[in-house]
Amino acid sequence: MSQFLTPALTGQIINLLAAALLLLSFAMLAQRRILSLINLFAAQGFVLTLSTAFVAWATGQTHLWWSAGLTLALKVLLLPWILHRLIQRLNVKWDVETLLNIPTTMLFGLLLVILAFNLAQPVSALAGTITKGTLGIALAIVLLSFLMMITRSKAVPQVIGFLAMENSLFFAATAATYGMPMVVELGIALDVLVGVIILGVFFFQIRERFDSLDIRHLEKLKEE
Amino acid sequence: MLSEFSWAGASAQLTEILLAVLLAPLLLGWVNQCRAWLQNRSGPGVLRPYLTLRKLMAKDAVVAHGASPLFRTAPYIVFGCMVLAAAIVPTLGTDLPYAPAADAIALVGILALARVFISLAAMDIGTAFGTLGARREMMIGFLAEPALLIVLFTASLISQSTSLATTVETLSQRELAIYPSLAFAGVAFTMVSLAENARIPIDNPATHLELTMIHEAMVLEYSGRHLALIEWAASLKLFVYSCIGIALFFPFGIAQGGDAAGLLLALPALAFKLAIGGFLLALIETVSAKMRIFRAPEFLGTAFMLAVLALLIHALLET
Amino acid sequence: MSWEILAVLGIPLAGGALLALVGHQRRAAELNVALSIATFVAAAALTTRVVRHGPLFAFSEQFFVDSLNVFLVALTAFVSMTTSMFSRPYMRIEQEHGKLTGARLRLYHSMYQLFIFTMLLVLLTNNLGLLWVALEAATLTTVLLVSLYRTPASLEAAWKYFILCGVGIAQALFGTILLYMASQKLLGTGVEALLWTHLFGVRSQLEPTILSIAFVFLLVGYGTKVGLVPLHNWLPDAHAEGPTPVSAVLSGLLLNVALYALVRCKVLADGALGPGFAGQLLMGFGLLSVVVAAFFLSRQRDIKRMFAYSSVEHMGLITFAFGMGGPIANFAGLLHMTVHSLTKSAIFFTVGHAAQTAGTQVMDDIRGLARVSPTIGWGLMLGTLAILGLPPFGVFASEFLILTSAMRQQPWATPLLLISLGVAFAAVFRKVQPMVFGDTTAKPLPHRPALIPVFLHLALALLLGLYIPPYLAAWYREAARLIG
Repeated sequence: MSQFLTPALTGQIINLLAAALLLLSFAMLAQRRILSLINLFAAQGFVLTLSTAFVAWATGQTHLWWSAGLTLALKVLLLPWILHRLIQRLNVKWDVETLLNIPTTMLFGLLLVILAFNLAQPVSALAGTITKGTLGIALAIVLLSFLMMITRSKAVPQVIGFLAMENSLFFAATAATYGMPMVVELGIALDVLVGVIILGVFFFQIRERFDSLDIRHLEKLKEE
Repeated sequence: MLSEFSWAGASAQLTEILLAVLLAPLLLGWVNQCRAWLQNRSGPGVLRPYLTLRKLMAKDAVVAHGASPLFRTAPYIVFGCMVLAAAIVPTLGTDLPYAPAADAIALVGILALARVFISLAAMDIGTAFGTLGARREMMIGFLAEPALLIVLFTASLISQSTSLATTVETLSQRELAIYPSLAFAGVAFTMVSLAENARIPIDNPATHLELTMIHEAMVLEYSGRHLALIEWAASLKLFVYSCIGIALFFPFGIAQGGDAAGLLLALPALAFKLAIGGFLLALIETVSAKMRIFRAPEFLGTAFMLAVLALLIHALLET
Repeated sequence: MSWEILAVLGIPLAGGALLALVGHQRRAAELNVALSIATFVAAAALTTRVVRHGPLFAFSEQFFVDSLNVFLVALTAFVSMTTSMFSRPYMRIEQEHGKLTGARLRLYHSMYQLFIFTMLLVLLTNNLGLLWVALEAATLTTVLLVSLYRTPASLEAAWKYFILCGVGIAQALFGTILLYMASQKLLGTGVEALLWTHLFGVRSQLEPTILSIAFVFLLVGYGTKVGLVPLHNWLPDAHAEGPTPVSAVLSGLLLNVALYALVRCKVLADGALGPGFAGQLLMGFGLLSVVVAAFFLSRQRDIKRMFAYSSVEHMGLITFAFGMGGPIANFAGLLHMTVHSLTKSAIFFTVGHAAQTAGTQVMDDIRGLARVSPTIGWGLMLGTLAILGLPPFGVFASEFLILTSAMRQQPWATPLLLISLGVAFAAVFRKVQPMVFGDTTAKPLPHRPALIPVFLHLALALLLGLYIPPYLAAWYREAARLIG
């Protein structure tokens, strides 16, 4: 690999990219506007591509280059484009409504990060990759995306939280195991794409029925 | 502490204090001038704060009837605290006589002391504006102080000591390394400084509208030399915060030993860094809009969260 | 190269594509039935081959068929075939009632075949990553089916289904990643490290810490799809609001398939951690599901929701059985999977027609079914009795075996199980009895209801209760042995 890439510097760059991912997740958690949310999601995908490409360069695992390319195509270009078009056609530009206010959500997010770091400590010690320290961050981002999903009351931010969760799982796979086998990754990518398409169709159905994409309309089926 | 009293050391320390006191208004003037340039105005000139101070000193100090001794002495106490803070932050060198007292927690305590006194003085007269300003100041302080502490703790964890001098030494001696935790801490620190120094986006230093005043509301009753001291203290506070930021995040150039040559070389480095910092501050103020007052807790909450994140990332990735 | 596997997977896949084009035509339902029959024939061929010659690998070990999954493949193909036969007249009646249009029928038919494809893929694949992908795909194919009627309630049910199952299965992905991490140390990087057969070979050497955390995530993830309490929230809504054939296959097949995935992971966890850990977790969740579902049963007013909770209860029972482990408990679990699948789908068939006859799904408004249409009424009665564990139906046999194993191995759980089963019996029977007997204002259906599948299933369930043919018993025993 490259001469000036000492092991220490490699580790630091990977740590920096992981920290950037964590920061982006918090930014998504605190974000109020839908358009910025989609752009942050695209930025998250981009940082993910960078980190995968960097690991590919530093460790020589060629299939990670394909992985990075797939991430770029799907999560930085295609999915945000689909989401933007969906927003335009649904004519949705409102502010994200949250169930808790933003500072409280951030506090919960911090607690989840601490939990994730603790949980991941014994596991990351056993991984065999150079990126094992970032497994805690990967798990933290998974939990933060989950928090984002359950504290939002509109449909589109919930979906973006779901996609962010997929992003973080992909990052966890890269951090712990240098990525899953290509066939599995292709399958996952296909699932994500089909999922978003189905959700797009679904949003129109919801909108048609309720004239709004507020999730609280969808809470009538309670236990009798 | 002062086990080896040397004239050289003492005079160096005194020089540093005098430099801070004298240069602080210049920094404020520079920030205002940059803001004017960015807003396409011709600006008041970098020496305007000095002229303001001279004007205020020459005027009589008008004090309300119901004012207590606290009201009169508060400006001096606040000024004294700021001078003390400027003395212990390692602006030029790390080996000066006061360096052992440069504890991060003590520093935060001194700043808090100043805040308490000015808030009390604001409420002393009993006007509505004073109380309003004091309450808002306390809210900002209550949220900003933990964030500041955690930023300092993150730096302390890296250097294994809460002494600012040791921190500066450790950080300036490491090889070029990318610390994500310091990046997060830097952003958090910037946000906290903006809040504590009453800059946009938390507070507009040029406004007198009731809806938007915080710092200005507290000093509304002061005039003459009292007001001069308070304005001077405010500019010193900005100076101190900038120097803390430089010490933690850009400590290159600060003299390690106590020799005069190192200190003399540290001066232009400091001036350069402060100039850039002032310009960046003016830039941030120009591109941001002032936030509504009830968004301020969110802003500071974000700063706190970033600071805690910096701590966590340091614990996870860098040990 | 195994043509049986190619056929079993290829026919539904091609069928889905074909029906996406012509699914709204007049004969689309018949095409659907024909495709399902063809799939069943291929599955039967695969089964005979595996039973005769033993486990089978295909496509460089990417597919693996042993006694455990081949029996599930046969069951899946059979139930999907009978469901497609049921769906033909049922959907025709729905169309007459104005609840469906041609375009939606096209979606329905193509998604039905694709759903079968994804389930069969889950069962046949050897690659744990692909297993995850296929299970997620199974969720995706059915989301639009649940919301087929476009009512507010069905949209809500579909949304809940998507989000809850999606989040759950994301946890399972994390578990799979951890599993891959553990296996990479022993099997190197590359696809081989994710193949279940290879993992099975080295299961005792897998790192225990990682395996324990991985299994917890896998349990949460796949357990959501099985419908284990407290992750079951999507189940009653999805079953109640979707069209009846979809409820039938969800209850009868998808839950089984998800449990199969869980069991495969349990075998690996047992190898790495010893038999206690995974088994106890399964028993805990299973028992919780049985108890909670039984008590929720009595509060239901919608007939499909009630039977959906019954599915939760039975899946809990099967999970409990697999958690206990041992030859008899595993045998009972497998038997229960089969008879529950048959009986529950039969019940949903009759319930579907009953709801169509009465025009509502609210149980208080359905009365006197036996008078309007004796086949529907008696079908419902018999199905209910079967699922409640009345002898001589098969459910009684498997429940008996589970309870006796519990008495031997986990005596503390037995009273809880007995009470729950009793509560469920009382609740369901109390509701069903007035629905079947008594006076009615319902009108007969415009077409003849499809009740051959119902009675076929019930007959099979009865048969399995009375007498299990020796080759079938040997087959179950072999599969039980594989579970450990």
